Amino acid sequence: MASVTFDKATRLYPGGTRPAVDKLDLEVADGEFLVLVGPSGCGKSTSLRMLAGLEEVNEGNIFIGDRNVTDVPPKDRDIAMVFQNYALYPHMTVAENMGFALKIAGVGKEERAARVLEAAKLLDLEPYLARKPKALSGGQRQRVAMGRAIVRQPQVFLMDEPLSNLDAKLRVQTRTQIASLQRRLGVTTVYVTHDQVEALTMGDRIAVLKDGILQQVGTPRDLYAKPNNVFVAGFIGSPAMNLFHADLVEGGVKFGTATVPVDREILADASSAIATIGVRPEDITVSPHEGEGLAVEVDLVEELGADGYLYGHSTVEGKRTDIVARVDGRMHPNAGDRVYLTATPNHVHLFDTESGERLSDKAVVI
Amino acid sequence: MSGSLSITSAMADPALLDLPWELPLEAWPNDTIAALPKGISRHLVRFAHLAGHVVAIKETTAEMAKGEYEMLRRLQRLEIPCVEPVAVITNRTDAEAEPLKPVLVTRHLRFSLPYRALFSQTLRPDTATRLVDALAVLLVRLHIVGFFWGDVSLSNTLFRRDAGAFAAYLVDAETGKLYEGGLSNGQRENDLEIARVNIAGELLDLEAGGRVADELDPVRISSGIVEAYRSLWKELTGSESFLTAERWRINERVNRLNDLGFDIEELAIRTDDTGTTVRIQPKVVDAGHHQRRLLRLTGLDAGENQARRLLNDLDSYRAAYGKADLDEEMVAHEWLMRVFEPVVRAIPVDLRGKLEPAEVFHQLLEHRWFMAQQAGHDIPLAEAVTSYVNSVLRHRRDEATVIGPPTGSTTTIDVIPPDTSAIAVVDPDDEQDWRLKV
Repeated sequence: MASVTFDKATRLYPGGTRPAVDKLDLEVADGEFLVLVGPSGCGKSTSLRMLAGLEEVNEGNIFIGDRNVTDVPPKDRDIAMVFQNYALYPHMTVAENMGFALKIAGVGKEERAARVLEAAKLLDLEPYLARKPKALSGGQRQRVAMGRAIVRQPQVFLMDEPLSNLDAKLRVQTRTQIASLQRRLGVTTVYVTHDQVEALTMGDRIAVLKDGILQQVGTPRDLYAKPNNVFVAGFIGSPAMNLFHADLVEGGVKFGTATVPVDREILADASSAIATIGVRPEDITVSPHEGEGLAVEVDLVEELGADGYLYGHSTVEGKRTDIVARVDGRMHPNAGDRVYLTATPNHVHLFDTESGERLSDKAVVI
Repeated sequence: MSGSLSITSAMADPALLDLPWELPLEAWPNDTIAALPKGISRHLVRFAHLAGHVVAIKETTAEMAKGEYEMLRRLQRLEIPCVEPVAVITNRTDAEAEPLKPVLVTRHLRFSLPYRALFSQTLRPDTATRLVDALAVLLVRLHIVGFFWGDVSLSNTLFRRDAGAFAAYLVDAETGKLYEGGLSNGQRENDLEIARVNIAGELLDLEAGGRVADELDPVRISSGIVEAYRSLWKELTGSESFLTAERWRINERVNRLNDLGFDIEELAIRTDDTGTTVRIQPKVVDAGHHQRRLLRLTGLDAGENQARRLLNDLDSYRAAYGKADLDEEMVAHEWLMRVFEPVVRAIPVDLRGKLEPAEVFHQLLEHRWFMAQQAGHDIPLAEAVTSYVNSVLRHRRDEATVIGPPTGSTTTIDVIPPDTSAIAVVDPDDEQDWRLKV
């Protein structure tokens, strides 16, 4: 097992003007599950392919452990791309399905049997080793496919949107399975997805990319609680954080009928008279007092049992702004109502409107 | 069925609406399903009859179905041999309005077969090697246009008989991606490794099912793709240098590529500063050298090796009749009228679904050669045709219907009763067939 290091790794496609991946500096610790996440075209898959040896690295280096693999062919990097092909062979037993790639690689019979058995124990497949795939459940078949990668005992697992072709239910199941299996195996894993929920639920740490540039790397909690910039703030979390342009006023920021108090020091860092404020839906409450907070027309309330989400809008200086707030699932306003919403003190994020950067850590305390 | 069924299709075949989309694919009735051998797939794939064709239907996610549909269309535009995308069908619901999985519908080429249908009892090493060689050619062609397959396997390929060899067609583009700037060596190597492992797995699976000949070694055969791929890639894309005085080597390179079935569309030629050495490298190559020449001369559309075989026959016709000075197109027309078409017409109508006409012609030439070897003298064409039809063709499985022919595709050829003892291959008013004289 090994760590993975991207050292100012850059990929510029021939004829491209902007690098697909721009000076990526990222360290993945030994045994860590790191998720690369971002919208389409952000460079996450390219980064993974650079690590796999499928993309040329134009500048910088990539290390697996202490070994510089920048110019090493894919099959000599000791990595395994998981799930590229999980078709199972119907006439071969579960053990044969898991071990045949080792046979091709010239691994001896005893060694093969030992590795297959070890993987089968990890995957709870030991009782089924002599059976054919047909006799297995869907979940067990998927574990056999994972077994194919595990028996190779690679230094690093790479997974590129492995769940994208599964239906919603199987996706959630498999998500949990992969995450728990990775922890049991302790093999360093780099996982690519465009789905921030997948990233939050699976990764030890998450690296958010946009336009080939690393925006932030941290634990799911870090990214959720202290997004570095407006992009990360809006990308991580579902429903997304509410983001508004607000005027800086004495002692705080003002948006429509609401004023949020902010430290004078923080406001001093802003580059203009406007700042971007961000409030997560769960940090908004319906004010018991009419006229206190932001006036909002309720468009829809989505009930989810214990909780619900209020979708509404506020009109500030003639401009409509949508807003989402979490409300009590049993006692909540209804569509058509006019309500006043307030933000929980110290749970407001403040960003510089021009640069998009977070203005200060002090703006939010959780 | 719900009224909101959504069909995306460039062909807009109304017959699509007749298929039972309100049922999950696994519950489709037997009368719509075509029982055909198929490869190993991650998704449920079944074959169905659609307006005289057989189509493959794959249940998958909407995103994947649309992605693969678009990808197959792009590959078709790049003239890559692949299955034809017919439609993407989404918003399927059953009788209780429960949603059903979206599907991708593709149409298979006539006479193309899955590898499991290419042998009757057991797979022999030479057949397996020819399959692997065909897949290597397909992979090189895909890599040249910048397509990373990601799941190269025999199961994801269909094969068409091509004058003793096979031609491979891509079936499953689900994992593939096109890179406009071309592929890196790492990507190509990765595809090749995937191919090697998958082919070995497929052959080991056949072995486990008792369907390969004893002497077939799955690991050795699967490794063969690496060598076949590398030598073809080098010939098609490699650069070579030689002295300026050896300029004939440019023609030699062009001829070598032609023999492999490729045309050079663009060749980079560079001389060094001193002007003593030349460096050449093909920049754009195009498969189908013999196919294009045959099509231009005769209008016949055949496989690459079939075309090569037919062109050889045409060339010997031209030489035998001393027509080398005549216009090539004219001689080709004459050959078509006097040699090729009479043979095709001589095939009894009930046997026409067995093999493609060009493949029949190729096999007939082979058969005639074997007969001549045994007899110690040349065999008249008519005799060879009769013998071929009765001793070979009649005993073959019907391959056109394995993956369906369009209805009516064979009705334009004259009907000749199957029991005709001596089959007339040339019109009596015509000149005598040239082969009868040689």
